[in-house]
Amino acid sequence: MRSDKHNNAPFPLKLAATGGLLFLHLPLLLIFAYAFTTEDKSFQWPPPGFTTRWLAVTWARPDVWQALTLSLQVASIATAFALVLGTLCAAALSRARFFGQEAITLLVILPIALPGIVTGIALRSAFGMMQIPFSFWTIVLGHATFCIVVVYNNAVARFRRMSPSLVEASYDLGANGFQTFRHVILPNIGTALLAGGMLAFALSFDEVIVTTFTAGQQQTLPIWMLEELIRPHERPVTNVVAMAVVLVTLIPILGAYYLTRDGAETAGSGK
Amino acid sequence: MTAAVTFRSVSRHFGAVKAVDSVDLAIAEGEFFAMLGPSGSGKTTCLRLIAGFEQPDGGEISILGQSANGIPPWKRNVNTVFQDYALFPHMTILDNVAYGLMVRGVDKTTRHKAAEEALDLVKLGGYGARRTGQLSGGQRQRVALARALVNKPSVLLLDEPLGALDLKLREAMQEELKGLQKRLGITFVLVTHDQGEALSMADRVAVFNEGRIVQSGAPEDIYNRPRTRFVADFVGSSNILSPSLSESLSGGRRWTSLRPEAFTLEPGDSRLSLTGTIEASSFMGAVRRIALKVGDNTIHANLPAGATLPAEGTPLTLHFAPDALNPLEDAA
Amino acid sequence: MTASLAPQSSAQDSLASRFSAALWRSPRLLLLLLLAPPLLWLGVVYVGSLIALLAQSFFSFDDFTAQVTYELTLSTYAELFSPANFDIIKRTVTMAALVTIASAILAFPIAYYAARYAKGRWKAFFYLGVMLPLWSSYLVKIYAWKMILSKEGIVSWTADKLHLSWLLDAWLSLPVVGGNSLSVSATGTFLVFVYIWLPYMILPIQASLERVPANLIEASYDLGGGPSKTFRHVLLPLAMPGVAAGSIFTFSLTLGDYIIPGIIGTSRLFIGQAVYTQQGTAGNIPLAAAFSVVPVVIMAFYLWGAKKQGAFDAL
Repeated sequence: MRSDKHNNAPFPLKLAATGGLLFLHLPLLLIFAYAFTTEDKSFQWPPPGFTTRWLAVTWARPDVWQALTLSLQVASIATAFALVLGTLCAAALSRARFFGQEAITLLVILPIALPGIVTGIALRSAFGMMQIPFSFWTIVLGHATFCIVVVYNNAVARFRRMSPSLVEASYDLGANGFQTFRHVILPNIGTALLAGGMLAFALSFDEVIVTTFTAGQQQTLPIWMLEELIRPHERPVTNVVAMAVVLVTLIPILGAYYLTRDGAETAGSGK
Repeated sequence: MTAAVTFRSVSRHFGAVKAVDSVDLAIAEGEFFAMLGPSGSGKTTCLRLIAGFEQPDGGEISILGQSANGIPPWKRNVNTVFQDYALFPHMTILDNVAYGLMVRGVDKTTRHKAAEEALDLVKLGGYGARRTGQLSGGQRQRVALARALVNKPSVLLLDEPLGALDLKLREAMQEELKGLQKRLGITFVLVTHDQGEALSMADRVAVFNEGRIVQSGAPEDIYNRPRTRFVADFVGSSNILSPSLSESLSGGRRWTSLRPEAFTLEPGDSRLSLTGTIEASSFMGAVRRIALKVGDNTIHANLPAGATLPAEGTPLTLHFAPDALNPLEDAA
Repeated sequence: MTASLAPQSSAQDSLASRFSAALWRSPRLLLLLLLAPPLLWLGVVYVGSLIALLAQSFFSFDDFTAQVTYELTLSTYAELFSPANFDIIKRTVTMAALVTIASAILAFPIAYYAARYAKGRWKAFFYLGVMLPLWSSYLVKIYAWKMILSKEGIVSWTADKLHLSWLLDAWLSLPVVGGNSLSVSATGTFLVFVYIWLPYMILPIQASLERVPANLIEASYDLGGGPSKTFRHVLLPLAMPGVAAGSIFTFSLTLGDYIIPGIIGTSRLFIGQAVYTQQGTAGNIPLAAAFSVVPVVIMAFYLWGAKKQGAFDAL
């Protein structure tokens, strides 16, 4: 009897858990249905007809491609910055004990702990005060700031799982600091960095709140979507873009999951 | 002959804790040296100071006559077998063993050949292609040994190398390590908290307590002539006789140690004796251990297992040679 | 034997080797070099901006000239307590509280099932099942709800098919929570908030439940505690740090969001929207800054309370 209690969840619990998961996923599935609807003025359900016409229309839209390209560029560069800064922070904070350590940890977490709008308006007014014109780089700067923590979380967990004697063993066997980094540290934290980098990329690719404050005339893909949400021009195109975004963000999430699944589940916790 | 390692009043502090407190030490070349002590006594910190993982706050460390202060670990001709072995999980066994040669720029064929030979030396020939996860604890230990030896170090440091192994394997490895050291002639420095291990393997033992070396010498000296109550108690087991009890046995009015195996049931020429009541008696295999109540003191004695003894609670007289009494330096 | 400490030293005494030796000799220098770039970025660029923002909130804004007066004053903070602005704060905090409670209730069974019953493959399925919606595009998720809640959308259609349209209409005709359609009602805003932040509640609860040893529950059964008693006296207290940790996210994210209520909801403003309009169209940076200090202050108190609940151990 005891083992029954163990393995079989009571029916109401099963129902509630399944219901919860459906609640989380059905809206995303709906995106796929609407991408192929023939209705172009409203969100009529059920869709009156099926068409793939809008895929081609979207494909031919230069503004979508421009926004996508900008988003990919911003995400790549912001991720590169975040990888360097997050890894440095993790390396410093994973072992050493020193005064002010807690303050630095807080500093790393702050950009995602504070509401995005605070980060956004703070950066915007700082740019304004220093008379820095909005550009590609102001967007990158904002994104890298909150991407650091994602890389940091993944890297610090891996650093802590790594036995400190590995580095000592490498020194002991004649490798200097740089050789040790290349031959021992990097291979051991590599997958964690890759996972962190992928998540940072996904985070940057999707970011809209900070971007509205730090972008000038440029439109990242989320900014483009936001425009369409507020002032719809061509609804079916937005539907197709939404579907594409869901599919594209799926890749880094699954990738990061498979890279970190054995061991610490740090990949995405605390977006 | 230059000493392999010398410490001149070396100290290492962690905050207010004096992990190593003004230690002087000289390890001869080709010697098997053991650092013995309870955890936190400073022996591991001393080992890490030799390896270069720690830097002294004071004093000077020399390796083969040259000052090692300021020399990073990768420039010391010293190698370490780590307590947790510290094998690189992302490399094969062969690459692990060849690592020291690789970072020195030795070409692949040469270093792999040297690594194969080192694996042969530790009886793991043919294991090179495996991963660390596929080996048992004892095998990993051997890989760690091969990985250190392949660099032909002047000094090999062993940090509790047998701690994680089971008893049988540990005994076998003790003999093997000792044989290896004799064959290679390399200076071995062993850190251990197991007094049996230190006594059986080392040429010389230094006993550590609270960051200092409290006694060093040949294993026989340490065992037979402990200088303090701490050493007498930590190395083997000893009866510590109070100054008054010692005086009554004509040993002089001072703290005195007396090993349990010094006692016999038979009186002999010029032997001293102790009379008390048997408190407890237990069969230990090779010996029978009894607890004898002598006044306020309890004296332990190891007697032959076959000895016929009176029942518990009855009086008994034990005899021992006068030179078994070992006067200690502790203040009376 | 020649007493050589480093047989390879002359050959390899490269710059890299000498540099790493210097770092070895001085671990503090290494730490400094590691921390300097991130600290310059976060400490100077980011915290500098935050401080600049905070400073702005102590200036005032002249409505007639539409210029900022650079004199230290608390008048901008006083403005926050004007009835209209204070309403915004009350509305936002109420919404954040409701969203947090609803998320906790919805999250618990999922987290509990995933922590206690899901094994192996199912565990991975549940984990991804929470992670995918968490990481899916924020705007796409909002867009999906715009589709769902629209007048001709799937909710109205379902209500119609179930002959429950009267219920939906009755709800929408209520004051405060109602509206023309779900997508322009406070109910809609609430639903979307719950949907978007729910995964942030599930993960910490699951983490804290996974730390409850199974034999603790068996011990409770063994001592005569039925399932409901076990839940109330054993599981719930042990899951509280997780709930507290999750609520940090749901509460904070709701407080600061300005996009969700802008797209799905009524014309009544939330704090985020107030910040956005004040700094944007009105150009009243001091008031925008003061408004953005509100969620920061609320969260500081909230975190202080959550820390006492042990929430940080469950993060």
